[in-house]
Amino acid sequence: MKRRQVRCIAFAALLWVALTAIAPRPMADDKLIQSESLPPKLSQFRLGIVRGMPVGRELERYTLNTPLFSDYAEKFRAVYVPRNARVGYRAEGVLDFPVGTVLVKSFGYPADMRKPSEAVRMIETRLLIRREAGWVALPYVWDAQAKDAELVRVGRRVPVEWVDLQGAKRSISYAVPNVNQCKDCHAQNRAIVPIGPTARNFNRDGQLQALVSDLPTQLSVLPRFDDAATGTVAQRARAYLDVNCAHCHSRAGAASNSGLYLGNDEPVGPTLGIGKRPVAAGHGSGALSFGLVPGHPEQSIIVHRMGSLQPGVAMPELGRATVHDEGVSLVSQWISSWK
Amino acid sequence: MKAISTVIAAALVAASASAEAGTIRVKAGAAAQERLQAAMLDAKPGDTILIGKGRFVLTDGLSLDVPKVTIRGAGAGKTVLSFKGQQGAGEGLLVTSDDVVMRDFAVEDTKGDGIKAKGVKRVVFTRLRVEWTRGPNTANGAYGVYPVSSTDVLIDNVLVKGAADAGIYVGQSRNIIVRNSIASQNVAGIEIENSYNADVYGNTAEHNTGGILIFDLPNLPQQGGHSIRIYKNLVGRNDVPNFGAPGSTVSGVPNGTGIMVMATRNVHVFNNVVGNNATANVFVVAYKFPYDDKGYDPYLRDVVVRDNTHGPAGWAPGFKGGDALKAAMGGKTAPIFWDGVGGAEARVHISDAVTVLTLNMTKPDTPISEAQPGVIDLSKTPKAAEPAAVVLPASMEAAIK
Repeated sequence: MKRRQVRCIAFAALLWVALTAIAPRPMADDKLIQSESLPPKLSQFRLGIVRGMPVGRELERYTLNTPLFSDYAEKFRAVYVPRNARVGYRAEGVLDFPVGTVLVKSFGYPADMRKPSEAVRMIETRLLIRREAGWVALPYVWDAQAKDAELVRVGRRVPVEWVDLQGAKRSISYAVPNVNQCKDCHAQNRAIVPIGPTARNFNRDGQLQALVSDLPTQLSVLPRFDDAATGTVAQRARAYLDVNCAHCHSRAGAASNSGLYLGNDEPVGPTLGIGKRPVAAGHGSGALSFGLVPGHPEQSIIVHRMGSLQPGVAMPELGRATVHDEGVSLVSQWISSWK
Repeated sequence: MKAISTVIAAALVAASASAEAGTIRVKAGAAAQERLQAAMLDAKPGDTILIGKGRFVLTDGLSLDVPKVTIRGAGAGKTVLSFKGQQGAGEGLLVTSDDVVMRDFAVEDTKGDGIKAKGVKRVVFTRLRVEWTRGPNTANGAYGVYPVSSTDVLIDNVLVKGAADAGIYVGQSRNIIVRNSIASQNVAGIEIENSYNADVYGNTAEHNTGGILIFDLPNLPQQGGHSIRIYKNLVGRNDVPNFGAPGSTVSGVPNGTGIMVMATRNVHVFNNVVGNNATANVFVVAYKFPYDDKGYDPYLRDVVVRDNTHGPAGWAPGFKGGDALKAAMGGKTAPIFWDGVGGAEARVHISDAVTVLTLNMTKPDTPISEAQPGVIDLSKTPKAAEPAAVVLPASMEAAIK
């Protein structure tokens, strides 16, 4: 009797060890993630973000075909999906992430952009958490040693320097957004939503297949704005405007009142800026008369505002302390090529 | 038994927590940006943010997204939010939540717009000053007080100076009162654009380029502006050279415009005192620019101009072709102009006891050089029915007290 009991217990113990080895204990604190709490330290979530890098084994790293421009910061993206939950496919708009999802985006600056993986100074990590009541946006700012990041709901200006690809020194006042400003870009019809991970933008390197169940056979791909092999100038410029502008310049976004809509699928016409006069731009119009003048980027208000750094003129309105020369160049090229 | 009393106790606690309205005080001093923005993030519905006396130096925009919050200073002369060093954002203060009351403070020198409320219900702006302290300058922000795409808007006792577009601007909104306010040194003093149901009364619009503008423009989500009453305003001495951004719609407003109505429907202008405006005291026209918008109506319709008191006007019309017009009229144009577009179908009634000029234009964009000006009597045109007075929710009027 005794021996049999011992053998049963031993077997159970072995089984337990085997099972926990196969299915490791969850790291991330799902309860905290899904609560209403605003933890002061990023580490409290136990997502596995080490020195700014989202390296935790429960995080799925990803890259977007055309990312948002953020003052030349290197951006490290990852998504955490709770165990046993599914990400659903959507043909249009952001993928269907389940409650408990955390989208992670860390921003860092290499000392020298020509050596992008060396001496990267991590500035902030932004989280977008899908909670029961809706998405919540939280900006965490790293300490100088990148040991941990603290929640800075009011935002912060951080002086940042780097050497660019041409070898020139750059120096800006980088703006960590306050939580209202997160919502300014991330709101559609007053509710916070993610922007980046749409199926089209996520579709590369097998990422969709790794993350999303029940994919259809026909999948579209957003061109990479900086890779001519992935689309025509027009397609890449439209992708660029979609990703950098359409979260506000859409019928449900912060600039819905402008009548200027820059989504990928917006038909060519006044809503895209052609023949459209400035209404509320003030001196942001740069003394120009129309949003977009086919053939003439230098007469187009869109290009003028992309090329400005002055508050009240610069577009996007938030998160821009530098001009994205490559983006301006692409959009200008597109406009120039119109007859 | 125990379960029920627990439930009752919990309910009582919950009820008292929500009934308690808190006050967050913010004093002048260092780190004003962080402390004011923190107050706006920490505020709960029902709270008041009390901003103390003094000058607050802001380095970025501020924003409020919590409903039922009052932001209150110690007075527009005493609590000053200075945005001279603003590094980012399109406005000084952005409000995106309902039932917000802003009162008793000043906003100075924003890089973009002054105070913007977008897509909100029941917003109150009262006893505020928004000013660009260097005076008229094309690089000043466009709008001072700027509710847009909103419903139930009250602008009461505000002062706006120096806006490079419109000092008090209400866009694409419904149910609006602008009253007892002063607009001076702006391009447009007060502007109601693409909006429905607005009462604009008891205001002073002096020393702007144009005093009060009522416009309806194409290519915007809300169009077909209508039902506007402009009454008991003082609109005089609008004599500031136009400093609006070249190419903008407002840059086309001639210097010395009193009240201008463009393309809007059912607009009643009455019991105002209008005078000393070099172009005209009252100007009613169709939309003059080419446009691509199938749903847009460029015509003026159902305008009533009556019982206004006129001072001198029209001695220096500020639009292209104005001098020729003046010469054609024997040296002086009239205090009231209509472009004539639409003819009888426009249903323009003007019964003020002054000369009224029509430009006899057949199409909205007929050039002035082809106008056939002539004196016209429009007092017999049947008057469109006056819109009912705008009534705002009681909570808004209560907030003024």
